[in-house]
Amino acid sequence: MKTFRIGGIHPKENKFSAGKKIQTIELPKQVVIPLSHYIGTPSEAVIKKGDLVKVGQLIGKANGFISANVHSSVSGKVTKVDVQLDATGYKRPAVFIDVEGDEWLENIDKSSDIVRECTLPKDEILRRIQDAGIVGLGGATFPAHVKLTPPPGKKAESVIINAVECESYLTNDHGLMLEKAEEILIGIKIIMQVLDVKKAFIGIEANKPDAIKLLSNLAKNYTGIEVVPLKVSYPQGGEKQLIDAILRRQVPSGKIPIEVGTVVQNVGTVFAIYEAVQKNKPMIERIVTVTGKSAPNPGNYRVRIGTMLSELALDAGGVPEDTGKIVGGGPMMGRSLMTLDVPTAKGSAGILYIQKQESIRKPIQNCIRCTKCVTVCPMGLEPFLLMNQSERNMWPEMEANRTMDCIECGSCSYTCPSNRPLLDYIRFGKTTVGGIIRNRAVK
Amino acid sequence: MNLILISLITLGAVGAVSAIILFFVAKKFHVYEDPRYDEVEAALPAANCGGCGFPGCRGFAVACVEAESLEKLNCPVGGNETMQKVATILGKTVAEAAPTVAVVRCGGTCDHRPRTSDYDGVKHCFIAHNLFSGESGCSFGCLGLGDCEVSCEFDAIHINPATKLPEVDEEKCTSCGACVKACPKLLIELRKKGPKSRRIYVSCRNEERGPIAKKSCDVSCIACTKCEKVCPHEAITITNNLAFIHDDKCTLCRKCVEVCPTNAIVELNFPPRKIKEPISSEAELVS
Repeated sequence: MKTFRIGGIHPKENKFSAGKKIQTIELPKQVVIPLSHYIGTPSEAVIKKGDLVKVGQLIGKANGFISANVHSSVSGKVTKVDVQLDATGYKRPAVFIDVEGDEWLENIDKSSDIVRECTLPKDEILRRIQDAGIVGLGGATFPAHVKLTPPPGKKAESVIINAVECESYLTNDHGLMLEKAEEILIGIKIIMQVLDVKKAFIGIEANKPDAIKLLSNLAKNYTGIEVVPLKVSYPQGGEKQLIDAILRRQVPSGKIPIEVGTVVQNVGTVFAIYEAVQKNKPMIERIVTVTGKSAPNPGNYRVRIGTMLSELALDAGGVPEDTGKIVGGGPMMGRSLMTLDVPTAKGSAGILYIQKQESIRKPIQNCIRCTKCVTVCPMGLEPFLLMNQSERNMWPEMEANRTMDCIECGSCSYTCPSNRPLLDYIRFGKTTVGGIIRNRAVK
Repeated sequence: MNLILISLITLGAVGAVSAIILFFVAKKFHVYEDPRYDEVEAALPAANCGGCGFPGCRGFAVACVEAESLEKLNCPVGGNETMQKVATILGKTVAEAAPTVAVVRCGGTCDHRPRTSDYDGVKHCFIAHNLFSGESGCSFGCLGLGDCEVSCEFDAIHINPATKLPEVDEEKCTSCGACVKACPKLLIELRKKGPKSRRIYVSCRNEERGPIAKKSCDVSCIACTKCEKVCPHEAITITNNLAFIHDDKCTLCRKCVEVCPTNAIVELNFPPRKIKEPISSEAELVS
């Protein structure tokens, strides 16, 4: 079985919620819809206090190239446009809506019927994806229409669908694949049409045999779509790692996948694209995994964007008593949350309860030069060196050692026998070096 | 015996020839250096802190000698005394600069600012700043992890374990600006030391609207504009929901300190106030 060639680790999978049906949680009384995304410029609010909105109505307009539209996920009255603490740990602009009923815009197809045919021209499809505010659901929330418009002179030969879900605990993509396989395949067809490519690969790790079987069977009816089972390894869900695993091509340092003739989209994004193009449904809900070793009811939940995570946690059985830390997202890439009173954003993949005894950081010891971090780094970097340079503020040296290539997967910190906070320091260096590079570009 | 003699002669000859070559090479490639560089450098405090904006005291000495006037050059560590010495060596004049000192613009002690979460990551302000906004509800306040303390070469700034806030030792602070650069929250500012070290400043950086700021910290600036109105010298401006006292206009009259409802404006080194009569009716009319 294929996998990527450099580095990688295999943390305990702990997929407690695997194979569970996706449950839809009750409509909350109030939602707080974030106007900013993980990356890019925050959207501009186009509604004001007191306005009545319907489900699917545009409330935030994209502001700049890397920015996406934001739509109301509920119907009701806008109470204010203000700042709200979100999962990034900072206060950012958001729209507060009091829920009244559940009234949808008329042009949205709410039914679960599968619409197979798509005869729209390429531009119209792209426009619909852009209008629907689709962003990558893999974590970075990069606007999908930007990714689907290759820069001039570049041509994609194939498209890769990221259904790897290499993070431990998380099962939201897995659940989606089991329930919406047909829709996902239609979504892939639409993407192939937009990019004008003949070949699509769906990369799925071998720990999801049911999804591999289901999608392989269905894919026989669609020409050009191939399911590629992959050996379980973290961080296979990284764009560059997945391309290496499937196509055996290396994306050069600092370049994007189109450089090697491919485009990667997350499977959740593909489903959102299907809904946007075929059903006119903007991105107003997503699937969130609520899990943890002592979680009362681990499972996958369909949540309207803007629902407070505290309400979701309550619906999923409450926070277990022995929780020491709550992580937004997976255990490797996720961020620890300051409070559960943060809204579900487009990029929120899960809530993970970590038990108290597990959550305590072990004391930092000296580097013993075991080179484990170098062995596991999927980008071929030297984490111990980068950490030392970051501690000593050696920015030019860090840049020369390709710190900007770091994908922040955390494999180095995970594997370090001395519990050194390698990623913390590298991320600090990355931010600083990134700032230096941007300043240089401005000059 | 013979062996020792031969070695001595050979080595001696090699040494003598090399010395002659080196002598001529040194003559040929001699670089003339202004002797005043060394003189000025000797007059400087040799702290090599970089507070002047040049790489070390030597760099500053070279800049002083090369510059036409000493107008924009200042050694914050040595102060006026050192600059006078430098001016005498170079035969130039230098204007007297008002001494400055670092002030920490956050008053959010543990009592004023209840903690809402616990941070157990790397004890480094910049890393914590990358991850989240802080352990309390205030996303502008001090993180209390001591990057400023590490950056200070003069042992002048220390985190007070009781308040978890940095405190500046005025005697030791040379206002080199290292802590200003080290603080990711931009809390530290170099302000005029003032007569008898008396200063007034707004000890808050919270740019949120009043009610939200007040909720997260008792001593935050809520931008009520009272100080702006009461100031007779127009030294206070309010931008982004935050008051700022311009130290070049402030006359230290302390009127703003009295009116501040949250005690966000701090006065330092003033003698204790005389107990005043209850607020007169005139003041009530004004407000």
